[in-house]
Amino acid sequence: MGKRASTLPNMVLTLLVITAISGSSLGFVYQLTKEPIAAARLKKQQEAIKEVVPGFDNDPGSEMYELTSAENFVLKVFPAKKEGQLIGVAIESITNKGFSGEIKVMVGMKPDGTIINYKVLEHKETPGLGTKMADWFKTDKGNQSILEKHPGKNKLTVVKDGGEVDAITAATISSRAFLHAIEVAYTTYTKNADAATSATTQTKYEEGEEQ
Amino acid sequence: MNQWKNFSKGFFKENAIFSLLLGMCPTLGVTSSAENGLGMGLATTFVLVMANLVVSVVKDFIPDKVRIPAFILIIATFVTIVEMIMQAYVPALFESLGLFIPLIVVNCLVLGRAEAFASKNNVFSSIIDGAGMGLGFAMALTMLGSIREILGSGKIFGITLYPEDYGMLVFVLAPGAFIALGYLIALINRLKKA
Repeated sequence: MGKRASTLPNMVLTLLVITAISGSSLGFVYQLTKEPIAAARLKKQQEAIKEVVPGFDNDPGSEMYELTSAENFVLKVFPAKKEGQLIGVAIESITNKGFSGEIKVMVGMKPDGTIINYKVLEHKETPGLGTKMADWFKTDKGNQSILEKHPGKNKLTVVKDGGEVDAITAATISSRAFLHAIEVAYTTYTKNADAATSATTQTKYEEGEEQ
Repeated sequence: MNQWKNFSKGFFKENAIFSLLLGMCPTLGVTSSAENGLGMGLATTFVLVMANLVVSVVKDFIPDKVRIPAFILIIATFVTIVEMIMQAYVPALFESLGLFIPLIVVNCLVLGRAEAFASKNNVFSSIIDGAGMGLGFAMALTMLGSIREILGSGKIFGITLYPEDYGMLVFVLAPGAFIALGYLIALINRLKKA
């Protein structure tokens, strides 16, 4: 076999050639898949908004603004409007209290804070336990459901903590974290709600100035 | 070597999971459902075939002392390509497997085949070997995933067989993977003896 000898120049050259080829082919595939990946992300986001606040006719993505919660999480707020009237908001909320890492939830609320629907976007919870949160808090069984409830009027914590929501069996930590994300969304939104109308106009002014 | 034998050895005689016990990390990690197992198996098959192909082509140009880093580089490149393509065109599958895709790089099965087979055989045999080994791996993962999904959550490929409340939760979790895998290997070994 004509194997090349393991001399230093041979080895360096071989690895150099291989890394160069790898690098350039990765760059090529990256360019190729960049747009589809971005499109897939955007589509996912839009579908999530549609699911949690149905019936809008504006483009919530373009009217998105950011709010910072007391915990310093940056929440994205997507206002959903129908014929110019605010019918609800979709809030992308985060919590770091998950069983393993962060949980991202899209919460849909009416302008007064009543929960319309939610969708779990990202999490690393235990399969078969914490992952059940995707449907658990929507299911109308016992005190599971948080839909149509109001975080200001109903105590949306798990029963163990004196609240009125049934936790997922064997996944209390994930349940707590999930409800925390909802709470973060609600408190951050309502805290800014009074200022919200002026805040949005304000940002618009600022944007105007920049232009 | 007979190419059919070369292909079929990956399914039973030299099955990566049941006989060689290679690539245990993704095996135990992703097989909480049959669909995840199949997806992971097919992704690994692609990487295995491509890596075997490239390694067998360039084997004569790579000095012996740097062959392992060279193989790892080739494998890592293909894994990253698979990751980007999945993310772009099958985002749903990427969501459930995303975490485990980069782990294909350290799947000893892929490096093992590059080292033990592709670096000693011609291109055609190496592709056949990669395909057989990969599909055998995919089959084993799907079997394990099905068992865990049926016992743990009462479903198969997402189709409900019985209410989830009656499922044995342990099979969805990590210990269940070890238990199911242990029994599966025992069964296969018994069949082999017969």
